[in-house]
Amino acid sequence: MPTISVGRDRLFVALGKTYTQEEFEDLCFRFGIELDDVTTEKAIIRKEKHLEEEETSEDEEVIYKIEIPANRYDLLCLEGIAQALRIFSGQQEMPKYNVANISRESMIKMLVKPETASIRPYVVCAVLRGITFDEGSYNSFIDLQDKLHQNICCRRTLVAIGTHDLDTLHGPFTYEALPPSSINFVPLKQGKNFRADELMEFYKSDLKLKKFLHIIESSPVFPVIYDSNRTVLSLPPIINSAHSAITLKTKNVFIECTATDLTKAKIVLNTMVTTFSEHCERKFEIEPVEVTYSDGKSYICPDLSVYSMKVSLSYITGAIGVPLDAVKVTSLLNRMQLSAVQSVSGDNSSDITVSVPPTRSDVLHPCDVMEDVAIAYGYNNIKDIAIAKGYNISKGRAVSLRPLPLEEFSHLVRLEMAMCGFTEV
Amino acid sequence: MAEEAILGYLAKNQEIADSGEFAAQHGLNHDDVVNVVKSLHGFRYVDAQDIKRETWVLTDEGKTYAASGSPEVQLFLAIPPEGIPLEELQKKLDPLLFKIGRAQAAKNKWVEMGKQLVSRKVQHVDDTVKDLLLQIEGGKVINQDDIKVLKGRKLIATQTWNGYSVRKGPEYAPQRKKFAADLTREMLQSGEWKNLEFKEYNFNAKGQPIEGGHLHPLNKVRHQLRMIFLQMGFEEMPTDRFVESSFWNFDALFQPQQHPARDSHDTFYMKVPAITKELPEDYVERVKRVHESGGYGSRGYEYDWNRDEAIKNLLRTHTTAISTRMLYLLAQKPFTPKRYFSIDRVFRNEAVDRTHLAEFHQIEGLICDKGLTLGDLIGVLHDFFSRLGMSKLRFKPAYNPYTEPSMEIFSYHEGFGKWVEVGNSGMFRPEMLLPMGLPEDVRVIAWGLSLERPTMILYGINNIRDLFGHKVDLGLIKTNPICRLGVD
Repeated sequence: MPTISVGRDRLFVALGKTYTQEEFEDLCFRFGIELDDVTTEKAIIRKEKHLEEEETSEDEEVIYKIEIPANRYDLLCLEGIAQALRIFSGQQEMPKYNVANISRESMIKMLVKPETASIRPYVVCAVLRGITFDEGSYNSFIDLQDKLHQNICCRRTLVAIGTHDLDTLHGPFTYEALPPSSINFVPLKQGKNFRADELMEFYKSDLKLKKFLHIIESSPVFPVIYDSNRTVLSLPPIINSAHSAITLKTKNVFIECTATDLTKAKIVLNTMVTTFSEHCERKFEIEPVEVTYSDGKSYICPDLSVYSMKVSLSYITGAIGVPLDAVKVTSLLNRMQLSAVQSVSGDNSSDITVSVPPTRSDVLHPCDVMEDVAIAYGYNNIKDIAIAKGYNISKGRAVSLRPLPLEEFSHLVRLEMAMCGFTEV
Repeated sequence: MAEEAILGYLAKNQEIADSGEFAAQHGLNHDDVVNVVKSLHGFRYVDAQDIKRETWVLTDEGKTYAASGSPEVQLFLAIPPEGIPLEELQKKLDPLLFKIGRAQAAKNKWVEMGKQLVSRKVQHVDDTVKDLLLQIEGGKVINQDDIKVLKGRKLIATQTWNGYSVRKGPEYAPQRKKFAADLTREMLQSGEWKNLEFKEYNFNAKGQPIEGGHLHPLNKVRHQLRMIFLQMGFEEMPTDRFVESSFWNFDALFQPQQHPARDSHDTFYMKVPAITKELPEDYVERVKRVHESGGYGSRGYEYDWNRDEAIKNLLRTHTTAISTRMLYLLAQKPFTPKRYFSIDRVFRNEAVDRTHLAEFHQIEGLICDKGLTLGDLIGVLHDFFSRLGMSKLRFKPAYNPYTEPSMEIFSYHEGFGKWVEVGNSGMFRPEMLLPMGLPEDVRVIAWGLSLERPTMILYGINNIRDLFGHKVDLGLIKTNPICRLGVD
């Protein structure tokens, strides 16, 4: 189960309310996440460096470590959790994410060269326009990429994320695969130029990056992204360039996700852009990019389309075991970020049409919708069906027998006596 | 000899104020005196009060300085009036003495560390450290600040002296009485018994240990749980297969490939035999399709399912692999509702610590029938856990790849005063059940927990390695109580 660390006070600001620890734990419990640990920023650093425990001072930032379900990539950062909890508590409506309405010609272009097919075939991109970072959201932006890399990206083997300051670059961009010795750039956090093959050697001693070298090191060509001035943006999945690095002052972000699994790349890109689009000038609007492959086929990214699902009301109530009408069900679903409307189907039974947003890639089947109804209703509000009552097995009554305590206990005592070497007479 | 001296003295005097002085005065070894006093105190002949005294003694390092002077003075004296280059000074002294001496001399501002030469800053110094050490050796008292400095430099250490002050006790007598330990025939016949003191019976003594066999607490708990399941009408599943294929352990349960749990971090994969030879091919085809493109109302995971991944053999990570096989077999016949359970061993490649082992036991129960609801699951859980003595339950939304909805089960622990997690449960996903061929309206509710955790709580064991594994505590196995789960 992934755990993320968020600053408590920053979280409460985002939630618009201050909670006691107990109140917050209760909210998490009802929603399905868990407050795993409460610590401070300095305590974490001390632990990492194996230093002595000191007395905590009042002004150390309190950190909440929250455990989230492994299939909820939208909850991997503070912004995601805060939005989900605000909607769950009824404080806000679900936002509508949309792709900016700009002409195809004015879209930023990404051209994919055929050599990439042998090493890392896919790329998806998007732009966050007019974004404003503060220290908190900037760190959150970096942390989210880390978490996604660790989880759905399978430690960068399936997908790798690169984020860049668009104002330092010139489109159109090209995604290519070239021999390592012909790739030359200044990587992030370094002061000088490296060739890609030199970089592989250099990073062998880097605790963090050495784990990713194996993904490309034995390939004759390395994936690389250039802008029109032949400035390197990144060497996926290893490192971005220093030139296009994002800072607190960055206003326009270009995101590229290279991948060997296209479905996961889309989920990753969608998670990044939907979460941080709340910091854009035009909230929840994402600027599209056109990706063209060497076979001439073009795709507009990101794909923020909703997935439409029709679920029968009787399925939902029948599986949970609670009588609910369609109005109640739709309002419960809206609190779970699933936009729902009632419709009546042919045989006059109620159906719920659910529009699953791009943030909920975990919803695959009506049973996922049914679970969300149960969660919003509250698991602990569901009356248990007494096992001897409304439960039939093979049309007979259910079995729930207990032995006579005295018989059972006597038997256990006999066994112990025999094990001591005594014979029963 | 010491005993006579002590008892004799107390016959005429109120008390022995200090056992140390008493021993010196009577020419006795103090350790002997201490042992005798303890024994007499045990039999209540005397009443002994502890005396504790702390004195300072020199450490070995301290002793060398008391003899030859402190390192800083030695260093100072090694510098001639005209000064001396650093390397030469270093050669004159022992390296450790040089290091300490240099630091202290600099601190006291006795020397000037120039670029070429080290020279004296003052004409003359007093070796206060050596004087203080000699004073302590001589038993004199010195002030607290000086003590602090010497203690900081590890030149002195405390030594504790334990002694007693002794008075007459309730059973005092000038001489120890001999107690008879046995009542013999001769004593009765001769009448001697009337004049004897007999030793008291000790009813708290342990008695002769009995030879016999012992059962393991884990299996005792397992037996009781097995009885509970049978009483609730559950059938036992055949779990006698530790090695399973990834297909039955993961794929058939709709757990995607490239899921973290399938990594070698969490799963033990087999070297020999590495792959499974037989799988029901038409079923495999349906499982492949539901992973890749969905169907049965699902959109699937949309990735490329790899058969090579599915045929890998592993040590099963959960007994749900067996449950899956049982449900598949059930689906091949006309449908009948079933209740199944199992309690058996599973294997996970996790870090071993106080509460986790790589091998442990899983308890699993499942009900397969038409029209089951989440309310039914909650009802079964209330019944099951109340038999384990847990009647206050709360449920929290959770995630398992193969159940939806999923619920973590929490129970209120009176002792800790808080809610603790006691199990996991859920309804199996249609993507798992429908490819098997089970009818669409059939639902399966299931729950599981580990056997070790309730056993550790029941028996008050807080390190799992004492309970199970090669470091198991044999003493624990031999002295554990009857398991009364499900009896009350």
